[in-house]
Amino acid sequence: MSANRVRVVVTGLGATTPVGGDVTSTWSALLAGQSGVESITADWIDTVPVKFAGTAAVDPTEVLARPEARRLDRSEQLAMVAAREAWQDAGAPEVAPERLGVVVSSGIGGITTTLSAYDTYKERGWNRLSPFTVPMLMPNGPAAWIGLDRGAQAGVHATVSACASGAEAIGYAMDMIRSGRADVVIAGGTEAAIHGLNVAAFAAARAMSTRNDDPAGASRPWDRDRDGFVLGEGAGIIVLESEEYARARGARIYAYASGVGYSADSHHITQPEPEGRGISMAMTQALNDAGITGQDVKHVNAHATSTPAGDVIEVQAVAKAIGTHPLVTSTKSMTGHLLGGAGGIESVFTIKALQERIVPATINLDNLDDGIEVDLVYGENRPLPEGDLAAVNNSFGFGGHNVAVVFKGA
Amino acid sequence: MAATEQEILEGLGKIINEITGIPASDVTPEKNFVDDLDIDSLSMVEIAVAAQDEFGVEIPDDQLKNLKTVKDVLTFIQN
Repeated sequence: MSANRVRVVVTGLGATTPVGGDVTSTWSALLAGQSGVESITADWIDTVPVKFAGTAAVDPTEVLARPEARRLDRSEQLAMVAAREAWQDAGAPEVAPERLGVVVSSGIGGITTTLSAYDTYKERGWNRLSPFTVPMLMPNGPAAWIGLDRGAQAGVHATVSACASGAEAIGYAMDMIRSGRADVVIAGGTEAAIHGLNVAAFAAARAMSTRNDDPAGASRPWDRDRDGFVLGEGAGIIVLESEEYARARGARIYAYASGVGYSADSHHITQPEPEGRGISMAMTQALNDAGITGQDVKHVNAHATSTPAGDVIEVQAVAKAIGTHPLVTSTKSMTGHLLGGAGGIESVFTIKALQERIVPATINLDNLDDGIEVDLVYGENRPLPEGDLAAVNNSFGFGGHNVAVVFKGA
Repeated sequence: MAATEQEILEGLGKIINEITGIPASDVTPEKNFVDDLDIDSLSMVEIAVAAQDEFGVEIPDDQLKNLKTVKDVLTFIQN
């Protein structure tokens, strides 16, 4: 990496999750070890083998004005709430529109709109559809609405890579700033996919936990008795800026977004590659991009979704690419898995961990699985050491997409 | 039994408030949708869809573009 390359900083955080409606309440809940996963009632619940999910703690329709909410798919509503929080948190920078970008992604797009609009079309005809049906279901809709809300003209993008989408968005945003296309970029991920069809489809892939008698205990990464992921919904958005721009306006800097690494497994459309070669490669490239070594990394917010196949492979890859020393946690044990939103909220959590020098414990980890050498944080939260800190946020998606993002303490 | 003009006006006011956030009390017969209420063409489609459900009257697209004021809609629905 060149010595004079543009450095990217994080100046604003926003999140709405199953454990809280904003960053402060969400982070407090994580440090308190609270699960956001509960039994749910829905008219489709009897048709699927999974009876619980991580519903957003604060319904976005209670936050947004009604005329706005009715034009937005739920994934767009959640993204808008988180983006506005992040923007205000960054001090609402008065950036020129042509220097402001947005990269916000989801894994599935406006799926509940697609399904309900199909019902309306079949039962009542085409002319009963809202004229906003297309912008509600298109996967670039969250990015587009946020771009409109802020007047962003430098480029509005939506990277799609299933459960790696949110992290890929942040990587793309970093590249926009480093390549000089923008001074400020709003970036992250969102998802609102708690619907019978999605639950049925993931259940058909045998990917979901069916621990219906204990929803709060269902997401249990690295535990011997884990039986699949738990679906959650929400959004996590951060404001990224060039360091020069942020310092010139006197912004508070949470962290540096120092590096990003990508790879593709090219192994199987849904199964993780057993040796973890792809995810090791993504982490190694992220460290190289950040100009650091594994020894510099003190914390990893793991992808670890509580599936039997994925969790151990990931931490074995962490041991190879980074080492066994970082404090590793899975906040999905509390939030469930937000799919395309995961990389967004977990980047927020990684940055909060660096800022407050504390790693929230993974919950529900009662019996550690075999083959794990890294230093997992469970039982109680643990402090990060004094001195310089770097951390990695991992996100992997169906399709074999791997993204690792490196953040460094400010 | 057809709704009275006042009933239609109140129903229309509720629909417009729901869709645009404009107070229902601002929806009065002389108001022009574009010039006075700042309602765009897609919002007019939303209003028309909701009005069709509320009042059981089809508003074809070629008629919708002629409905410039609240009074125009009241008259269309009544007839």
